[in-house]
Amino acid sequence: MSSKRIPNWADVTLVPLVSVVLAFIISAILIWAIGESPWAAVKMMVDGAFGSSYGWGYTLYYATNFMFTGLAVAVAFQARLFNIGGEGQAALGGLGVALVLLYLPWPHWTLALLGASVGAALFGALWALIPGYLQAKRGSHIVITTIMFNFIAASFLNYMLVNFLRPVGSQDPSSPRFPDATSLPKLHEILGLFGIPFSKVPPVNISLLIAVGLCFAVWWMLWRTRLGYQIRALGESEPAAQYAGISPARITIIVMLISGGLAGLMALNNVMGEQERLVLNAVEGAGFIGIAVALMGRNHPFGVFLAAILFGFLYQGGAELALWTGIPRELIVVIQALVILFTGALDNMVRIPIAKLFSLRRAG
Amino acid sequence: MDLATLAQVLDSTLRLATPLLFACLAGLISERAGVFDIGLEGKILAAAFLAAAIAYVSGNVWLGVLAGIAVSVFMSLIHGVASITFRGNQLISGVAINFLAAGLTVVIAQNWFQQGGRTPSLTGDARMPTIDLPFAEALADVPVIGPIYGIFSGHAPLVYLAFLCVPATWFLLFRTRFGLRLRAVGENPAAVDTAGVSVIGLRFGAVAICGVLCGLAGAYLSTGLSAGFVKDMSAGRGYIALAAMIFAKWRPWHAMGAVLLFGLLEAVANRFQSIEVFGLALPVQVMQALPYILTVVILAGFVGRAIPPRAGGSPYVKEH
Repeated sequence: MSSKRIPNWADVTLVPLVSVVLAFIISAILIWAIGESPWAAVKMMVDGAFGSSYGWGYTLYYATNFMFTGLAVAVAFQARLFNIGGEGQAALGGLGVALVLLYLPWPHWTLALLGASVGAALFGALWALIPGYLQAKRGSHIVITTIMFNFIAASFLNYMLVNFLRPVGSQDPSSPRFPDATSLPKLHEILGLFGIPFSKVPPVNISLLIAVGLCFAVWWMLWRTRLGYQIRALGESEPAAQYAGISPARITIIVMLISGGLAGLMALNNVMGEQERLVLNAVEGAGFIGIAVALMGRNHPFGVFLAAILFGFLYQGGAELALWTGIPRELIVVIQALVILFTGALDNMVRIPIAKLFSLRRAG
Repeated sequence: MDLATLAQVLDSTLRLATPLLFACLAGLISERAGVFDIGLEGKILAAAFLAAAIAYVSGNVWLGVLAGIAVSVFMSLIHGVASITFRGNQLISGVAINFLAAGLTVVIAQNWFQQGGRTPSLTGDARMPTIDLPFAEALADVPVIGPIYGIFSGHAPLVYLAFLCVPATWFLLFRTRFGLRLRAVGENPAAVDTAGVSVIGLRFGAVAICGVLCGLAGAYLSTGLSAGFVKDMSAGRGYIALAAMIFAKWRPWHAMGAVLLFGLLEAVANRFQSIEVFGLALPVQVMQALPYILTVVILAGFVGRAIPPRAGGSPYVKEH
């Protein structure tokens, strides 16, 4: 850490902004290097993501996923725990949703949503509980155990789909469709109530509102409750927290349960809201994007909200690029990597020059 | 299982263990110096791509191997700059490297070869040759000895190199001055600094060696084990290598044992859909997950605790 001080506003806005700009500049150079025009690419991405309610719908659908996983990573980061296991926790959340919706009768989508939320959060939280417990009680490094649990989750899900959930005679390792009564209302139906027209195609649904609500709830939990204070105290300094009578082991386990539950809840959007059945690899990397979203959002729920929208834009814009140009979708993975690199690992590279600028100004 | 099948499974065990062994030793050296590296996966992938691409373009597999090493070392240096020079979070840097490789390999491969993110198939001199050990032909028909000797014969040079790297790593770490300092820098960097040895230099040295070994792992993967690069072909091997390293508790000889075990699991899972162990049918998914489950058990300390180097993961800040 640099000893030079940066004003709070600059720390929250300027540092991440400069990091993102750096990531975008390198991405632009890459696009130019493979013989495409960066300017045309940006225009096409913005048009594709924000130019129509169709584009907005997909942008918000992806953003919803990233809000869930971004919040999951951010909450854990607040206690200085790096939960890389969002991918596996979200996958298990999907299993929870599928079991609840397939094996219990649901008369109406509102009740189904309630039941599915419990299933998703419970399965996600349980999948995070074991690494959390091992970190708290046995000192096993949470990063390694959560990585391992991602792979174990993938194998476990594969096993469950092939041996139990797959309909008899089907080759495809996926569950049957959920009952029609459990289908979630899409955004165009909700907006239709207010007379606002919206494209019917994109899968964005009521989970978006749940995700936004969770951003507020997590903010409130972190900054307005005793538990939140304990979590942040543990993140600042474990000895100090211990001295203040906070049990690090207890908080570690609770934080991981919350984090896993948030990641698991993502299944409401992709499994219940979009596919309406459980397929292999339903998460599609959204658990990992949560890392980039949390880092960019400075582990603050409102920052996570904005960063999730940005990544939703990148995903939808990237899909359009892949459709109309020779730039493959994986360009987004590169941008995601650069954002993680600059906002996460190379933070000091950006921070130190900014701090120098501020001290120059103060001196001058 | 008859003897011929067993020989085939063991033969493929050696092949599958090779990239794991290179990567495992790479991670071991880096972490012994106090630099966590969960970016092994990304370096393997990047090396696999460039090795296959250059081997295809030049028609010479060894130029490909060199290119693979070069790109892997380059990525190691990014990790070094982020985590050593700028004292960033080593884990986050590793995650970034993995995604960087996953994205860049496909973007560049698609642009270069227009085959949906893969390289064309390698043939002839672009493919890694195999070496027959002396007398393999003559001994082939001798019962018992023939098939056993056959398991060890007929592999690519990098397979033998990987297994030679085990004693070499042991020697480097435990019998040279560089190794002593390298281990010291992972346990107590302040002491090394006090002795007037550069912590930064040692850590960069370890990270560079890690890059070379990951490069070899990737190059073997795309030119020896397969004939060309396909998207995401590292398929979690970097993480399995990480698991093997923990399983081996950061010791070279044990690392060889761990990767052979994990290689065997993969070879068996490739060949059989399910296998009976003591009358219990073990599904293929369990065998795929077993390396990870075993690692968690070891990490949990229920069977011999795994304790990483003490200064691992934390950047060194000189006192003023």
